[in-house]
Amino acid sequence: MAQVRETKLPGVGVRHDFTTEDGTDVGVLVHRDGRREVLVYDTDDPDACTSFVSLSAADSRTISELLGASQVTEVVAAVQQTIEGLAIEWIELAATHATTNTTIGDGQYRTKTGASIVAIIRENESIPAPGPDFALLGGDVVVAVGTITGLAELRDLLRA
Amino acid sequence: MLIAAGSSEVALGFIELGALIFALALLARFAGRFGITAIPLYLLAGLAVGEGGFVQIDVSVEFFDLGAEIGVLLLLFTLGLEYSESELKNGLRTGLAPGLFDMVLNALPGIGLGLILGWDPLAALLLGGVTWITSSGVVSKVLADLGRLGFRETPAVLNLLVIEDLAMAVYLPVVAALIVGGTVLATVTSVAIALATVATILLVAVTYGRRLSDLIAGGTDEAFLLTVFGITLLVAGIAQQLEVSGAIGAFLVGLALSGRAEERAETLISPLRDLFAAMFFLFFSFQIDPADLLDAAGPALALAVVGILTKMATGWYAAGRTGAGPNGRMRAATVVIARGEFSIVIAALGSELVDGPELGALAAGYVLVTAMVGPLATKFADHIPIPAILSQRHTAANAPGSTV
Repeated sequence: MAQVRETKLPGVGVRHDFTTEDGTDVGVLVHRDGRREVLVYDTDDPDACTSFVSLSAADSRTISELLGASQVTEVVAAVQQTIEGLAIEWIELAATHATTNTTIGDGQYRTKTGASIVAIIRENESIPAPGPDFALLGGDVVVAVGTITGLAELRDLLRA
Repeated sequence: MLIAAGSSEVALGFIELGALIFALALLARFAGRFGITAIPLYLLAGLAVGEGGFVQIDVSVEFFDLGAEIGVLLLLFTLGLEYSESELKNGLRTGLAPGLFDMVLNALPGIGLGLILGWDPLAALLLGGVTWITSSGVVSKVLADLGRLGFRETPAVLNLLVIEDLAMAVYLPVVAALIVGGTVLATVTSVAIALATVATILLVAVTYGRRLSDLIAGGTDEAFLLTVFGITLLVAGIAQQLEVSGAIGAFLVGLALSGRAEERAETLISPLRDLFAAMFFLFFSFQIDPADLLDAAGPALALAVVGILTKMATGWYAAGRTGAGPNGRMRAATVVIARGEFSIVIAALGSELVDGPELGALAAGYVLVTAMVGPLATKFADHIPIPAILSQRHTAANAPGSTV
C-alpha cells in the first residue's frame, strides 16, 4: 500500500493524501461534520487540486463498498454462504423408545439421512463425538448437524 | 403593552430597524454574488445613515447600540469556539515562528503610523492590532467558496489564523486592561489579573473543557441555545464589572466549550452572530463622521498598501515553510490580506480614548480596502505575475512534479 500522508486542517478537519501508482496525487478531506471530499491534485501546480465529489458520511460508506474496501466482508460472506445450507438440531428421545439400547451404528443414521450425530446430552452431561457403538437411551438429547431435510429425516427415524 | 397600544414610536422603531436590516440583506446578497465579504459594505451603509450621512436614524439607536455590543460578544465567542484545544496546542507548537513573523511585520506599521500621527501610545498599540489581525471569518469563507480547503498551502494559512487567535487571547485582555488605566500600579495589577484569568480559563478549558461541555451539551436546540447565550452574556457582564472587557469574557466562554457542545454552539449561535455582528459593523461606522473618514482617507490608504504587502509577505513565508510552490505561496499570500471583524472590534475597544474617533475612522478605511482587495486578489492569484527573484529558487524543485 502507498504511504498515506496526514495533514490536520484546524477548524476544518483532516486531509489524507497519497501518490497513486501512475504518479497522481489523490487525497480525501474529511470535514468535522463527517462530510468527505475526494481531491485530485494538479500535475502542473502540485499545490492545487480539484474536488471531484463531496460525500456525506453515508455516501462515503457506499463509495468505499464500491471501491472494494469490503474484501474482508466478502470473505466473511462466503463463509456464511457455505454454512447457510447447514443446520444444527437438538432432538430429544422419548423415555420409552424403540431406539433405546440400539447403537448409533445400528441405526445407520448418517447413511440414511446424511446428518451426523455430533454429540449426546445425557443427564446434563454432554458426550462429544459419540462413536458408532455408542448406545442411545431414552431421555437422551441428540445433537446433529446436516441439511434441513436430512435433519427432518433423522428426527423422524429417532422418534419413530 | 406598547405594541398593543399602537405606540407610534414603536411603529417608527420597527420601520427603521426593518428598513436597515433589509438594506443589510441586500448588501449581503450583493457581496455574495461577487464573492467578497459584506463587512466593508455594512461599514459603508453605517456611514450613510450616520451623522452627516444621507438618512438619519434616531428611534432605534438605543436598540442598535445594545445589539452592536451583543454582536461583539458573539464575534469573540465564535472566535474562541473556532478551534479545539488540540488544534490550539498543535498550533502553538508548529506555528510560533510564522506567528512572530506575522506579528512583527503587521503590527509595527500600525503602531508606527499611530506614533507618527502623534497619538497616545495606547491608541497606537490598538492601531497595531487593527493592522495585524487577519479576518479569520473572511479567510475561511473565501477558502471554502473557492474550493481551496484541500490545497497544500491551506494548512499553513489556517495555522496562521490559529496563532493569531491565540495571540488575541493575550493581546485583547492586555489592551483592555490598559484602556481602563489608572495609576501605573493599578494598570499593572489589572493586566496581571487579566492575564491570570485567561491563563486559568485556558488551563481549565484544556483539562476539564470536555467534561464541563458535556454538562451543558444535551437538551433540545432551544434549551441549548438559551443556555449558551445566557452563559456568554452573564460571563461577559461579570467580566465587564471586574473591568476586564466583556468581549474577553465571551471569548473565554467560547474557548472553554469543546466536543459536542462546541459543534452545537457553532451551528446554533452562527445565525444569531450574523445578525448581531451586522448590527455591530453598521453601528461602528454609524458613529464615524464621514468628514473624519475623508480626513483619514490618505493615511488609511497608505496604511492599507503597507498592510497588504506585509500580510502578503507573511502568507508567502508561512506557505513556503510547508513546501508550497510559487503559485501556492501567492495564493496563501493573497488570501490572508483581508482584515475585518477583529480589526473593527479592536478599534471599538479604543472608542473612548482621546484619539478614538480618528482610530475608528482609520480602522474603517483600512478594513474597507483590505477586505475588498483580499478576496478579489486571491480569486485571481494564479494570474498575478510572481517576480522572477521570488520564483527562481523553486522552479527547479517543482520540475519533477510537472513532467508526469
